[in-house]
Amino acid sequence: MIYADNAATTRMSQSAIAAMLPYMDKLYGNPSSLYAFGQQAKEALEDARARIAACLGCEAREITFTSGGSEADNQAILSAAAAGEKQGKKHIISTAFEHHAVLHTLKKLEKQGFAVTLLDVHENGIVAPEQVAQAIREDTCLVTVMYANNEIGTVQPIREIGAVCREKGVLFHTDAVQAVGHIPVDMGADNVDMLSLSAHKFHGPKGIGVLAAKRGTRLVSLIEGGAQERGKRAGTENIPAIMGMAAALEEAVRNLDANAQKLYAMRDTLIDGLSAIPHCILNGDSTRRLPGNVNFCFEGIEGESLLLLLDDRGVAASSGSACTSGSLDPSHVLLAIGRPHEIAHGSLRLTLSEDNTQDDVQTIITAVREVVSYLRSMSPVWRSLMQGKQNFILK
Amino acid sequence: MALYSEVVMDHFRHPRNVGVIEDADGVGEVGNAKCGDIMKIYLKIEDGVIVDVKFETFGCGSAIASSSMATEMIKGKPLADALTLTNKAVAEALDGLPAHKLHCSVLAEEAIKAAIKDYYDRHGIAYDSAQFPDCGSCEHCHV
Repeated sequence: MIYADNAATTRMSQSAIAAMLPYMDKLYGNPSSLYAFGQQAKEALEDARARIAACLGCEAREITFTSGGSEADNQAILSAAAAGEKQGKKHIISTAFEHHAVLHTLKKLEKQGFAVTLLDVHENGIVAPEQVAQAIREDTCLVTVMYANNEIGTVQPIREIGAVCREKGVLFHTDAVQAVGHIPVDMGADNVDMLSLSAHKFHGPKGIGVLAAKRGTRLVSLIEGGAQERGKRAGTENIPAIMGMAAALEEAVRNLDANAQKLYAMRDTLIDGLSAIPHCILNGDSTRRLPGNVNFCFEGIEGESLLLLLDDRGVAASSGSACTSGSLDPSHVLLAIGRPHEIAHGSLRLTLSEDNTQDDVQTIITAVREVVSYLRSMSPVWRSLMQGKQNFILK
Repeated sequence: MALYSEVVMDHFRHPRNVGVIEDADGVGEVGNAKCGDIMKIYLKIEDGVIVDVKFETFGCGSAIASSSMATEMIKGKPLADALTLTNKAVAEALDGLPAHKLHCSVLAEEAIKAAIKDYYDRHGIAYDSAQFPDCGSCEHCHV
């Protein structure tokens, strides 16, 4: 199998697995226990916290471990909303193509009387800092903009948006789930107050993530109970996963440049190869995108059947097609960049990792070309387009 | 468990009766590209019997499999029998569809009915319009 769905999840690195095993086996103590065996786990936990903080450009005490990116996004937004409400500030700025962990949390807040402005992300899938500056009001309590989009991979001008927020004194959160470990991220230099990440997106284990929040940012607890994580996240810490995450993150950051160089080359070969298919379009800016992300729409076909046939040919990929999700509407991300419904249904996301090779890329290009051509041959939409009975939307 | 049954995957991977009948006696098209599925059925009819049937489908795996199965179920059958084909029968023949894919079997039933209606209209054959649901009234395509 050629695994080309690394935005969904990644293979765990051997160093991450090796870092976890002792804490599942012999070192199973509870870090909250007072005896030495428990304190040994506590030391490991705090060491991991410091190493993760060093990778993110923040302090160890600013790290809160969560169950993953979704929990971190929820906690960041609900914390900012709670703080804002106390000051009578009930306006939040975000973008139209955030992850649902952000959008659904914002929907919940709207029902509680918050006003939400979702910024346009343009056809290239990038929001401008000026849009943020113009949208900020007296009662804005939070700006939350993803670092890089999970479907189309476009990288946002986070540092500049952070500078706008800092100047206006507004809290800034970024969902950096797709960015951390893949492109340089530094909370200090990027002017970020809160950042969410998820370990399994950079070869770490599933079910563990981080909410990094600058000192002075008041967090509300989503899970009540014990005093773990300074009372901001109850529940015995998942030490094995945390150790795996720290090891995976250090490895990803250490190899970031080398991996990115390799991925940029494979990504651009893949984009060139797929662009040769008639009547298709690359989704998202061609250069300001994650090193491993490729996302296309093909006119006249539907994405789920494309994925199933690629799977038959040993290529594991993803789609923003409605039919893959069980909803009727296609990807909100593709609609946000202005793709019409009928085009958005025919989408394909390929996300590479450094484990992939140029041979994989060539195999993928051939498979996609053949499958697209086959599905078009049985599509009444394609026939109608080819007979000139309706006009092509994509050149 | 896999997303689809073995039967669905077989009909998806090896669809029966794909194509076009240029001199079809009846053609039916239902669905909407905005919703993500369109089915088009072509019928060749002799003495009230469906002697040949072809389909084209724009849609997901279950839409292609539903079209394939439905065409197999009506091929060689008198029109009266084809009109009794239900979406339920198509879904059962496919060994079941996931709940959110059942509309694909509904589209297959409606595409066949639309093609038969087209045949009746072209040949001035009287029919009870209650037999032919209006595809546009289906709640699936709400976009």
